[in-house]
Amino acid sequence: MSPTSSAALAGTHDVIDPRGPRFGAVVTSAVLAAALILGPGWGLPLLAVQLLAFAAGALLGVRYQPYGWLFRKLVRPRIGPPTEFEDARPPRFAQAVGLTFAAVGLVGLLAGADAVFYGAIGVALLAALLNALFDFCLGCELYLLGRRVLGAQADQSGPRP
Amino acid sequence: MTGLYIVGVVLVLALAFGGYRRRTDGRVRGPRPVASDRTQEARLDARSLGAGLGSRATFVQFSSSVCAPCRATHRLLSEFTSAANLGADAPRLAHIDIDAETRLDLVREFGVTRTPTVLVLDPGGAVRQRIVGAPRKPDIEEALQRLAA
Repeated sequence: MSPTSSAALAGTHDVIDPRGPRFGAVVTSAVLAAALILGPGWGLPLLAVQLLAFAAGALLGVRYQPYGWLFRKLVRPRIGPPTEFEDARPPRFAQAVGLTFAAVGLVGLLAGADAVFYGAIGVALLAALLNALFDFCLGCELYLLGRRVLGAQADQSGPRP
Repeated sequence: MTGLYIVGVVLVLALAFGGYRRRTDGRVRGPRPVASDRTQEARLDARSLGAGLGSRATFVQFSSSVCAPCRATHRLLSEFTSAANLGADAPRLAHIDIDAETRLDLVREFGVTRTPTVLVLDPGGAVRQRIVGAPRKPDIEEALQRLAA
């Protein structure tokens, strides 16, 4: 409960090469854009591939994300080792957000609600593009807002230390 | 055609929003009124923070575990404080990094919506500036100058 010097961010967790998720965001943007352009029919297999990739990253961990594997096998040998490592939790959170939108889009597509497909995949593409182009931190934006909403009841109890 | 149109709109949105954030992130802003009690000046003390204030300024950083730029911000503020406190008897600058999840009371009170957010306190604990998004070195220098002015 007390303020920490850096306990929230301490390095006891998985660390990864920060360029991996960035590369993954580029691939994700391309796949989602192609799925949107192809539309609900031919876009289905692409969306399914992307959903599995998100699921691997979110549920198993970022090191199991297939685009991260591509990065390690194909890209990193060419550009050399990273100068710094990053906590794996922020990109994993982003994968979970992506998984949520991809799942909503897939359900919409299968139910024949094209507007849901276009809306959800459009939002997922926006997040992926921001990550690819600007190294945007999705967890920084959404996590606290989510906690504030979810923690509305619990928040009223805790006395200050 | 619908899909192509959506991809185009999303690309424009991403460029506009990302560009806007790149320009405004980490900039020093004046305080804004506290949600809970508008008549009173926004203020924090060592008791509610659980750590002592600096004699010149205190940086109160809100971080979260899913925030990559929080680490860079932590490093930057640590460098500033240790440089300023070198050889001093009592800390001139203090840096308090709070896991926002554990202090949702402060998050609400100060209207923190994302991490990293840094509140800059004067020696008396009054919130004088707010920095949302990862600051760079000149931003911190500016915050300290404004505080001294």
